[in-house]
Amino acid sequence: MRDAKSSATSRRNLLLGTAAAGALFAAGCTSNENNDSDGNSKPAANTADDKPGKEVTIGFAGPQADHGWLNAINEQAKRRAKEYQDVTLESTEGSNDTAQQIGQIETLINKKVDVLVILPADGKALTQVGLKAMRAGIPVVNLDRVFASAQAYRCWIGGDNYGMGLNAGHYIGERLKGKKNAKVIELAGIDNLELTRQRTAGFDAALKNYPNIEKVGRQAAEFTVESGQSKMAQLLQAHSHFDALWNHDDDQGVGAERAIKQAGRDDFLMVGGAGAKRAMDTIKADNTVLKATVLYPPTMAASAIDLARALGQGKGVGGLAELEIPASLTLYSAVVTKDNVDEYLPTGFS
Amino acid sequence: MNSPGSRPAPHTPADPAPVPGAGATLTAGPAGEPPAGRTGADPLSRLRRLADLRNLSLVGVLAVLIAVGGFTKPDEFLTTDNLQLVLTQASVIGVVTVGVTFVITSGGIDLSVGAMVALASVWATTVATQTYGLGGILLCAVLVGLGCGLVNGVLIAYGGMVPFIATLAMLASARGLALQISDGKTQVVTVEPVLDLGLPDAYVLGVPPLVMIFAAVTVLGWLVLNRTTFGRRTVAIGGNAEAARLAGIDVRRQRLMLYLLSGLCCGIAAFMLVVLTGSGQNTNGNLYELDAIAAAIIGGTLLSGGRGTITGSVLGVLVFTTITNLFALNNLQSDVQQIAKGAIIVAAVLVQKGRSTP
Repeated sequence: MRDAKSSATSRRNLLLGTAAAGALFAAGCTSNENNDSDGNSKPAANTADDKPGKEVTIGFAGPQADHGWLNAINEQAKRRAKEYQDVTLESTEGSNDTAQQIGQIETLINKKVDVLVILPADGKALTQVGLKAMRAGIPVVNLDRVFASAQAYRCWIGGDNYGMGLNAGHYIGERLKGKKNAKVIELAGIDNLELTRQRTAGFDAALKNYPNIEKVGRQAAEFTVESGQSKMAQLLQAHSHFDALWNHDDDQGVGAERAIKQAGRDDFLMVGGAGAKRAMDTIKADNTVLKATVLYPPTMAASAIDLARALGQGKGVGGLAELEIPASLTLYSAVVTKDNVDEYLPTGFS
Repeated sequence: MNSPGSRPAPHTPADPAPVPGAGATLTAGPAGEPPAGRTGADPLSRLRRLADLRNLSLVGVLAVLIAVGGFTKPDEFLTTDNLQLVLTQASVIGVVTVGVTFVITSGGIDLSVGAMVALASVWATTVATQTYGLGGILLCAVLVGLGCGLVNGVLIAYGGMVPFIATLAMLASARGLALQISDGKTQVVTVEPVLDLGLPDAYVLGVPPLVMIFAAVTVLGWLVLNRTTFGRRTVAIGGNAEAARLAGIDVRRQRLMLYLLSGLCCGIAAFMLVVLTGSGQNTNGNLYELDAIAAAIIGGTLLSGGRGTITGSVLGVLVFTTITNLFALNNLQSDVQQIAKGAIIVAAVLVQKGRSTP
């Protein structure tokens, strides 16, 4: 993750390029009449654009959408696929059961879809089926939770948990600059997930840059409103005074904010995580302790569909010189504050 | 423990019978014949029942935890704020545990409590339900709980399904329905009276409304289990369902009522959770079934049925909540909390085993 982070800026550019290309597609979709050929306006590279090209059937397999963010992942993928006339999306029922998801993906392989987009319930456990698809000649776009072998996917696209913690830490660090003996609290997500440990590692690394700040408390909730309320209430009881709080997840943040209100506290700054619409609305209204949230963008599912389509049509990504799509794309975890919230609101999920 | 004849006295639910078989050996009268020790105001046996030895060991654990808390975090632990916090955090799972205690006492099991809480909390917080205000939300939560309980009860009592399987099926389908209704989204409550109920302004003499509900359910549960025919029948069918049937108890009807009761408790708990979190979510009540069963078992309720104690269950819940609180105040992480929780379950059950096996 750290290695990935070091080149995050260049990757951000990649993302911006993709996003820009996406916007171009969307704009062109309605206006373009003569769509007989593809990409002839860009002689340098045969890049994907919105003009209908070769028909591509994309198989999409994700986990059960029992959480706001995962729900958004499914919606983003489906909406993006609908925008393309040449894309047919074969999507499976989401499942958190590894065996069941393997079965679903095998069904997609048997159906001979052109490209697979897989967000595994468990990356390591689904590696074999990723390999199987690749061997069957179906390229796999691995979404977010990475497979154990690089041979199991053609392209990985996902969020940056370490970077999320890093950016949250830096934002808080800057806000508390000059404040002596500043105290910070962390409300983490499910502790036995690697991503939680990466987020915490990034957060701690960023805070090291600010010697005036000490992290005095950390409790792990479970990404649920209920656990967020419970753990936050305990943290508030344990620390009668602190200056900033980072909460890993906006869903559990609903509970955390409730606990803060119940304790009648407003003497600190709160930063969220993931980028829920509700959190963004609160940041915009600017009437609670919540002042920012660090993104873990669900738009990655839309970008995964873009990549899968480009892969199916044998093209590269618009805005880049390469003839083919990249092997790996780590997305940037932007900090959404009152100043830029309007820009990000459309990506907020509920 | 399961041979019907050797079971000591199914009629003394809160009595550990320190010398098994010697104190209370009344084997007749599961049909509600009041045992001698209950109506006869023998002050000694009454005292012994109240100061249950098993409960005493849990009180001991609780005392140790409080001492540790007072020692490690004197400024944060022994405060009114913290007492309110611990009791509030215990209230939701506490109400669920009271219902589960009844079911386990009757020899059954209810694995669906967490899912019922989730479904009731989601159903009670849909946009449509919220238009009916506080009353609508409360009524909806309770009705959904009762509805699920009814299905469980009918399947088990009249459909002849094993409680484990029937409630496992309910666990799966209630969670599924909760997911379907909420579409995986967090449903934020906007009804002010509901939200206000969870804020400090609503506390009466420093007691949060949720804690009052918890206390009321506990007292009612204790009375029903220990002082009514319904309670004695529950113990009787847990002790030996066939004997209870022969003695004239309508075992099926009783079972149905017990799962209804568990559903009712879940409905109330769901409403409390909505007040506490200001929202409904399909992930609510995660693993409540295990927490409630664990609390009941360390409290002294027999997993095989025939003996149950509400006091013990509530003490069990308080022990778990206090551990969580204590560990959080000392900034210890979930891994240590989970290990401690497991160790306490094992220790409590071992202590019980030492006492109850002759």
